[in-house]
Amino acid sequence: MLSSAATSITVVLIVFFLFIEGAGVFTKKPIEEGFLLAVHSTNPIQKLEPSQVKDIFDQKITNWKQLGGKNEPIVLFRTEDITEFYSEAELGENFEHFPAKIDEYVSKTPGVIAFFSDKYKAKNFHGKELEINKIKIFEFLSGEEWFPTAQPIAQMGVKALIYGTLWVSFGAILLALPIGLAAAIYLSEIARKRTRNILKPLIELLAGIPSVVYGFFGLVVIVPLIQSVFGLPVGETGLAGSIVLAIMALPTIITISEDAMRTTPRAMKEASLALGASHWQTIYKVTIPYSASGITAGAILGIGRAIGETMAVLMVTGNAAIIPHTLLAPLRTIPATIAAELGEAANGGLHYQSLFALGCILFLITFCINMLVELVTNRGSHKKH
Amino acid sequence: MTKEIRLAKQKRRNQKIAFGLFQFTSYAVVGLLFVILAFIVIKGIGVISWEFITEMPKEGMTQGGIFPAIVGTLCLVFGSMIFAFPVGVLAAIYMNEYVKDGWIKKIIKQMTNNLAGVPSIVFGLFGMALFVNKLEFGDSLLAGSLTLGLLVLPVVIRTTEESLKSVDDTFRQASLGLGASKWQTTSEVVFPIAFPNIITGLILSIGRVSGETAPILFTVAAYFLPKLPTSIFDQAMALPYHLYVISTSGTNIEASRAMAYGTALILIIIVLISNLLANALRKYFGKKVKMN
Amino acid sequence: MHKIESKNINFYYGETQALHDVSLSMKENTVTALIGPSGCGKSTYLRLLNRMNDLIDNTNLTGSILIDGQDIYAKNTNVDDLRKNVGMVFQKPNPFPKSIFENVAYGLKVNGITDKKIIEERVITSIEQVALWGEVKDKLKKSAFELSGGQQQRLCIARALAIQPSILLMDEPTSALDPISTSKIEELIYELKNKYTIVIVTHNMQQAGRVSDTTAFFYMGELIEYDKTKTIFTKPSQKQTEDYITGRFG
Repeated sequence: MLSSAATSITVVLIVFFLFIEGAGVFTKKPIEEGFLLAVHSTNPIQKLEPSQVKDIFDQKITNWKQLGGKNEPIVLFRTEDITEFYSEAELGENFEHFPAKIDEYVSKTPGVIAFFSDKYKAKNFHGKELEINKIKIFEFLSGEEWFPTAQPIAQMGVKALIYGTLWVSFGAILLALPIGLAAAIYLSEIARKRTRNILKPLIELLAGIPSVVYGFFGLVVIVPLIQSVFGLPVGETGLAGSIVLAIMALPTIITISEDAMRTTPRAMKEASLALGASHWQTIYKVTIPYSASGITAGAILGIGRAIGETMAVLMVTGNAAIIPHTLLAPLRTIPATIAAELGEAANGGLHYQSLFALGCILFLITFCINMLVELVTNRGSHKKH
Repeated sequence: MTKEIRLAKQKRRNQKIAFGLFQFTSYAVVGLLFVILAFIVIKGIGVISWEFITEMPKEGMTQGGIFPAIVGTLCLVFGSMIFAFPVGVLAAIYMNEYVKDGWIKKIIKQMTNNLAGVPSIVFGLFGMALFVNKLEFGDSLLAGSLTLGLLVLPVVIRTTEESLKSVDDTFRQASLGLGASKWQTTSEVVFPIAFPNIITGLILSIGRVSGETAPILFTVAAYFLPKLPTSIFDQAMALPYHLYVISTSGTNIEASRAMAYGTALILIIIVLISNLLANALRKYFGKKVKMN
Repeated sequence: MHKIESKNINFYYGETQALHDVSLSMKENTVTALIGPSGCGKSTYLRLLNRMNDLIDNTNLTGSILIDGQDIYAKNTNVDDLRKNVGMVFQKPNPFPKSIFENVAYGLKVNGITDKKIIEERVITSIEQVALWGEVKDKLKKSAFELSGGQQQRLCIARALAIQPSILLMDEPTSALDPISTSKIEELIYELKNKYTIVIVTHNMQQAGRVSDTTAFFYMGELIEYDKTKTIFTKPSQKQTEDYITGRFG
């Protein structure tokens, strides 16, 4: 009895852990632990958004006026810049005068914004420490840059990753759907029973090949192929990912669509043929519409598999976290990001938590897809009764 | 009349083109399977030798064998099955033989479906959060096996349920009619009849577990560990992870290519054997049950 | 000349022979009933007339079937055209999951008729022919599944009529219907006889007596007796026929 609840318990636990860890992103300050941002004591600015800090250090914002402060050019200061203003002798052999000198520099520069370690903060620091707002969910979802180890502010925009995931997955479905449908039609409607009994298990075997082997195959065959065919600097592209995923999604699409088509009542097909429709007309006017919901379910499930696939994509897409504009450029998906970065992220840190937040997004997407499949198949079976 | 003849001709031509296309596509998909298999077999067959499967990796994994990875994968398969098989089979028996149709069954079914749809990398995250960190197993065979076990749980449940469903109801009625209890009926009659099919599911799950990479990335897999695990709290190498590492981020990717082909081939052999075995068993027992 | 002429038909499903040397001809504008116990080959014979058995793998046919003097199993015969000329109504009503209108229009569309006016005209005439117009004229766009079983079967007949066949095959068309719907269909068959050659397979002896001009009795794949319906039902020449008709069969 308890064992039958095992799957339910697991799902609940997965949700629990994912969301507990993932929520940390929104409750922590996005500045690296042990560091602070400070301004001149007369600066009226108290608080900044993470995105504003980023724009300041990218020099997109150059005057405090733009942030509602005084008309004063912004002067950037990082710890290592101190050597430009003071000699090594002044700073001391073991940097023991760092705190005092930083304090001095900040006090005499009205437009300064300084980013430095806590341990260099003077006891009676004359500057004003800035407060940094937490990352908001909206920023997390709409931010375009994924650079969780950036300084001074970690960049946690998942837009590029979401786009990357969707591009690769839809590319894959675009490739796999026509091929899969054609094969499903052949198997269920045209092929003789013997042919079908040979072909079907072979196609199902495709589903058994581990994803890492697909990734490897993609890496040594498809990637160089794409590179030479399109004359690209690198072959690791979204297209490579789409092709590999398409191959992997084929068995799912074929099996489910074929099963759906075979449920079309024989009487329905015979009625069509008896009216002088050709075999092909019967297939596309009767069989396909009749099994449309099953075919749709197969396609959606195929997309779901593609979205969640990790290893194969990780190995062939180049993993550049930029919003893709073409499938011929490297891109990076959500699962690949988790796989590539979790090993390096400190346990419990902001980076670690942000990867769990990515996991939440992935979980939600696939959960919705599952529900959608359920809905589509249910509606389909309603129609038939 | 001429128009009708033209139309009829066109109809036939369309059908010929469409069917030709479909046939070609189907064979192309199967062709793809053979291309992938042939490619890896041809490139990998030269690498495989007795030394390759029984020796430790050497020279930054460009020489030597993959023995620890094979052992690691076997341990993981064994560990995950010890956990998933009993739980999954019991769950399926309970669901199929005891629970009446209703909302509880619906929810459990839905949850099992949902679990099956969770991407494997999410299992990896979950395994890391719960087994590695929360329960403090660390990166270990135990954590990895449990994670993989949860991953295949839906597979085991589904195949078991299907085999139980295929047992004709007359068997149950006959047993109950002789005054056997529900449990006696299930354990003495239904389960033995369904058992061969349940084993088929087990073999399929083994194929699945031995190929999974994402769930073990952060729960057990070691990049390079030239010794065998001695306890369930040890880290271990594993075939799929090993293939990933030496083909993307090894010390010398070019030099370890040959090793990668060999590893891929071993991996494929394991998966193919388990698939073919499952298919053969299904056919064999399918016939046998019918004959009875 | 006979409308349908079949000579020395032998038909096999794999190793099993389903029809033994059947020769049977039907005149134009008559109703022929095929009767006999289950598995006697009457449906198999019917389905040979529009080559519906082509769909089954591993079958074999010897002998010849001529319709209007043309061998329908000749190499140059276009199966689609044959089926257009030989309409069929099935055991259970099997409308497509489409609207009432689309169901009847389907056969026209797949045969390349695109003119909307012609389609509409033919659909209406066909529905009128089966006396369904009054019941469905306000819901032509509704799904055909909303109709009752009897209405669905009449719709299926209308669907077959729309493409203007000259022969209508009916495979136990009333076996899934209630008595009232059945009698409506029987009336319909009687009227359609003026325009079509009808072959009907039936289990129901009274039905065969009511609607048909000639009756063929099949038993174990053989044609036992073929004569005017009246003769078959009043003084059959074969003992087996008599046994079947008087209900001494299983």
